[in-house]
This record gives sequence, structure tokens and C-alpha cells, in this order.
Amino acid sequence: MVLPDQVLYAMEAALNGLLSGVMYALVALGFVLIFKASGVFNYAQGVMALFAALTLVGIQQGQVPFADVINLIPGVEVHGFGWTVPALLAIVLTGLVMIGMALIIEALILKHLVNQPPIILFMATIGLAYFLEGLGDTMWGADIKTMDVGLPQGMSGTIDTVTNAWFGYGFYVDQLNIVATVVAAVLVALLMLFSQYSKQGRALRAVADDHQAALSVGISLRFIWVLVWSIAGFVALVAGIMWGARSGVQFSLSLIALKALPVLMLGGFTSIPGAIVGGLIIGVGEQLFEFWVGPLVGGATENWFAYVLALVFLVFRPQGLFGEKIIERV
Amino acid sequence: MKLKLATLALATGLMGGVLTAAPAMADLVFPSLSYRTGPYAANGIPFADGYADYMTLLNERDGGIGGEKVKLLECETGYNTEKGVECYESTKGSGALVYQPLSTGITYQLIPKASADGIPMLTSGYGRTSAADGKVFKWIFNFPANYWDGASIMVKYLLSQNNDSLKGKKIALVYHNSAYGKEPIRTLQELEKMYGFKLSLIPVDHPGQEQKSQWLQIRRDKPDYVLMWGWGVMNPVAIQEAANIRFPMDHFIGIWWSGSENDVKPVGAKADGYKALNFNGVGDDFPVYGDLKKYVYDAGKAAGAGDQKGTVLYNRGLYAAFLVTQAAKLAQQDTGKPQITPADMRDALEKLDISDKVMADAGMAGFGATFKVSCANHGGPGEAKVNQWDAKAGKWKVVTDWITSDKKVIDPLIEEDAAAYAKENNITPRADCN
Repeated sequence: MVLPDQVLYAMEAALNGLLSGVMYALVALGFVLIFKASGVFNYAQGVMALFAALTLVGIQQGQVPFADVINLIPGVEVHGFGWTVPALLAIVLTGLVMIGMALIIEALILKHLVNQPPIILFMATIGLAYFLEGLGDTMWGADIKTMDVGLPQGMSGTIDTVTNAWFGYGFYVDQLNIVATVVAAVLVALLMLFSQYSKQGRALRAVADDHQAALSVGISLRFIWVLVWSIAGFVALVAGIMWGARSGVQFSLSLIALKALPVLMLGGFTSIPGAIVGGLIIGVGEQLFEFWVGPLVGGATENWFAYVLALVFLVFRPQGLFGEKIIERV
Repeated sequence: MKLKLATLALATGLMGGVLTAAPAMADLVFPSLSYRTGPYAANGIPFADGYADYMTLLNERDGGIGGEKVKLLECETGYNTEKGVECYESTKGSGALVYQPLSTGITYQLIPKASADGIPMLTSGYGRTSAADGKVFKWIFNFPANYWDGASIMVKYLLSQNNDSLKGKKIALVYHNSAYGKEPIRTLQELEKMYGFKLSLIPVDHPGQEQKSQWLQIRRDKPDYVLMWGWGVMNPVAIQEAANIRFPMDHFIGIWWSGSENDVKPVGAKADGYKALNFNGVGDDFPVYGDLKKYVYDAGKAAGAGDQKGTVLYNRGLYAAFLVTQAAKLAQQDTGKPQITPADMRDALEKLDISDKVMADAGMAGFGATFKVSCANHGGPGEAKVNQWDAKAGKWKVVTDWITSDKKVIDPLIEEDAAAYAKENNITPRADCN
């Protein structure tokens, strides 16, 4: 099939945009889960991804947590346990750490803020973000760490060969993005199954619909919060692995949250499919805009274009594409 | 009531004194505007550690400089311009002799402040390039090399690799979309006209974690070489993406802020062959490291976690401390007094002569280029070497000798930009400088 070069390049950009969008959606999912269950915009979600990634690498490499603090004791010098942990086991252990973190957050922060206005809870998550960033630094150090859990990276030879055979031009697609897409699909499917068919999932949806009604039928709000923060912690771990594999695990990882905001504005804060669709629209939109308009305006349009696109959607659908329309009666 | 107020004021004053740990008046105060937290911490830490360790070495080995203890005042900026300015304001009254903020954004904000306050600033390899013009920027120094030198050195290196001709070659500049990243554009455009290559500009927005569209463009355009002006996470992501599209690593050259271990290690074996400029020594095979081990590391006085020695950015911090402390020594000699003022420091910076002997005496032979600063030239020689990453050995290899920038191209640009700055800010260029 012979297509003009510009069409092929645009197709390649769109395909990469779709896959990048999945990476954004992975981050956005964590926000959605917590907002759905508690009405809290979790400012700390990006830092949770960073903390999870730091913990995973730390466990995997057998680092001693708080080594720098321990080394302040005269005559003591520790750096590592001297062992390495297999990637899968390290992921499970990090998942447990994230559950532990959810328990602590519930006990120390959320429990005391029941019935407070959402802005108070939001402010609490800002504090949590700064605390977690400092904790991650103190526990594992601020040096850049290599994320090595065996994920493939680099150009996909299969897609290159297939598209070359079809169009006479091999498309570039990063294998890591393909893996991220599969992982995101599995994650969303599991989350949907959980929320539709499990008892706890139904309780979670009930809490999302109406806290007081859920409480009146005996659903434990505290348990649901621990559950949802644990799941969000696990989603943060997945996002941290995918983004950390690309850039190394460093403190700028927490800034991936910036990529999720336009996705949330577009897809809606309360919809899991919305996070995915929003991510895909933002991903494709910014890649095609950069491809067509970028050269005319000096490039680097992705960051601001994502927000402009989200704002345009907001004008027509303030609740986002899949968000619930909020009707408040006086 | 008055007594109570006086007591309160006294108590507050005493507490303030304790909390800010004001140095004894006899100390030589060197503020360190560091960033050990935030998204750029991984790069800020080694520089700050190197800077601090060299100061500790002088105190422990030599009893300070000229008998005066060195006092390091570290203030955390988080690489945030506003915080950097706050750090400056909060430390300048402590007898600060010279500032080195390690941030182009902070530097731009501090240039008018430091000039007005009469405190010199040294921004080696960053900041405002035209500050090399001492006639306009009396208090600002940026030796031994600036961004425009970097651009020129890269092109000179490429010329040497292509039989002195770049005609028809395609060169892409991937840059951090900020004042820092845009610095080399003008010089590269001049060089483009001069040597007939085709320059394409590819900006990357902060922080640079997502660069798919930029590298798709590079894959489509197929440039012969890619140059990079990156910082922080942008660097490893760019090197990773270059590896992903199978761009030849030895045709990818970064500026000195894109050439540390932090930039290549996350990419692993695929970063092998990546090149970057550097204006300071690589590794720990210098006599000064023997002294550092004896007086600092083994004595448990290393800054931070003590795990950065020999890295590119640690050595740059070491070098930065070496340069300003040499100036302090010179200021003491010139004034004949151990306690010096920021003005004495400025005068000494302007007369600094970093010879082979000076570096050898400091146990740092070959650590940097030899140069003399002058009233008109605050920018130094504009020299750098090309380093290449050996992923297997996990080390940078130095693959060239010192390459000097093309001053015929750089100097008129510096003069033009400095003149524009002088006009905007009503500065009369110093008449006593030639």
C-alpha cells in the first residue's frame, strides 16, 4: 500500500500518541479510584508512584532503609543487606508496603478528617505529598536508581517489519509502551471485575455514590478508605514501574502527576473508563498537534496543548466525558 | 513594659543568632546554594558534596585559608528560583564572599542583586553567557567556559570528525525549553551560516519525561548529529529514546550538564558511546583525593552520604570550590590581611591565574584548563574536552585534548549581548578595561 509520507508519519504519531496516552491513563487511574471512593483529589498520587518505585528498587537491590540516618551513629556504616530480591517478589513486597502505607494514612490522617469539607482533605494530601517525598528521600536516598524488572525497551521489531511490509515504512513503537498497554488493560479489567462482582467492590461503589447511605447499611467507611488507598497505591506502583523504567527512578518521577491532570479533566474524575479514554484522546491529540502545528510554532506544544484540549472539553462538559453530572439541590 | 519588650528583643536576637548559626567574624564565608531535594536533587547533591568536601579539606588539612577557617553556609534552593533568591537574601549579610548558585534561573535573578550589593558571583559553565564581558558585568564571572563556548567546541569537534567540513550535514539541537536550553541557539545559528550545515531545533518542555514526538521527528529527519542541552530527567530519557530509535550514540553529544553518570546509568548498556563535553577532571585519580580520603572521608567528615566521590558532578563541585578558594588566597596576598571582603574577592577573581603549577600544588594537575582572568574577560579560555561513556566499565573516558572555542565567533556575540544588557540597565561599561 503506497501512502504519502506525511500520512504515514501522522499515522505513526497517532499510534505513539495512543500508547503514550495509556501511560498517562495509568497515572490518572490512581486519582480516579480515590476521588470516586472519598471525593478527595489526592495531590500525593504522583509522589506515591515515586515512593512505590523507590521502595521497589530499594527492596530489589537489598538496600537498608534509612541507611543514611543509621550511619549517623558513630562507628556504624551500613549500605546494603548484601542480597538482591527477584523482581516479582520485590513487587509483591512493595505492594504490601503500599497497603501498610494506606493503613497508616487512614489511621493518622483520614480518620480524623471525616465530615470535613473536601478542601481540607485536599490540603491534607498536599501535606502527605511533601511528607512522602521526604520519607522516600530519607529511606532510600536521592540518587538516581535504575528500574530493572525485566521490562523490554526499544523499538518493536515486529511492528517495524509488519508496517514496513504494508506501507514501505517501518513504524517506531517502543516495546515498553506495548507492555504498558497490556498491563493497563489487565488492570482496568481487574478493577472493573472487582467493583462489579465482588462484595467489597459493590461496597466501594456504594460509598462512592453516597457516604451516609452506605454507612447506614453498615458499610465501614474506614475499611473502604484503606481498601481504596491500597488499590491506588498498587496502581501508583504500576505507574512508577512503567515511568521509572524509562527515566530511572528519580524525584522528578512525582511530576508525572502533571500528565494526569488534563486526562482527568477530560475523562472525568469519577470514571475508570474515562481515565483510559481521556488518556488516549490527550495522547493522540498532543502527538498530532505537535506533528502538524508544532513546527509552525517552534515545537514543545505537548504540555500546554493537553491542558488547552482539556479546557475545551470542560466548556462543553464540565464534569468531563464520563464524569457524573453533579446536581446539588438547595 | 519597656523592660519586657527589651528582654523579648534580646531573647529573640539571641535565638536568631543561635538558629542561623552566624559565623564568627573571622571566618571566610562561602554560601552554597544547593539543592538536595526536589526533581533535580540527584544532580544537586554531588555538586554540593564536592563543594563542601573541598572546604572541609582546607579546614582540616590547612587550618582554613591563610589561617582563617572556611565557613560553608548551605541553603536549600530545590532548584527553585524564588527559593534561590530567598537563600541569597538570607545569607548575604553573613559576610558572604562569593555565590555559586548552580542554576541559570537563579543566576539571572541574582545578577542585578549581587551587582548592587557588591558581592561577586561565579557561574562556571552556566548562567548568562554574556557575563563573560567584564566591562559590563563587573561582579559576575563565568570562567572557565560558557554555553556559547560549548556550542562552538561541539562544532569544532564535529569538524575534526568530518575532515573540517560540515557542509550539507544535518545537526539537530535537542534542548530544555528554558532560558538555559535556548542559550546556544544563537551561536549555533551563526556557526550554521559559517560552516553550511543545517540546524534543526527540537525543544523539550520541563521536566522532559515524555519525548516521544521529539525523537519521532529525529527518526524522520535523520540528522547526522544530535546535540543536547538538557538537565535532570530530560537527559536519561533523551539518551534512552535515542537508543530506542537506534540513533548512533557516538553521534549524540551533550553539553557538560548532560554528561554525568546520572544521565547514562539509568539507560544501561545502550548508553555506551554517548558523548558529552566536560571542563573538569574525571574520576578520582588525582593526588587531592589522597588528602580528601585522609582528612575528610576517613575522618567521617564527608558531606551527604559520602558516596559521590569521583563522579563528574562531584568533581565539578570540587573544582568550583577550588577556583573560589584560590581567589580567596590571592585576595589575602593582595590585601595583606587574612580577613577579606567581597570586594577584595572580586578583585582577586579578576586577577586569577590558574596555571599548571597552581593546579599541581593543589593536587589537581590537569583537573581543568589553565587560564588567566582579566578585567575584560570574565569568561576564561572557553575550553572543554569530549568525554565518552563506556557502559561496560561504567566510566567516562576522555577522548580529546582541550578544545578551545572559536573566539572570533563568540566574542562579538558576547559584546553585542552585553552592550544590549548595559543599555537596558543603564550601565556604563568600565572604561578602565581592555
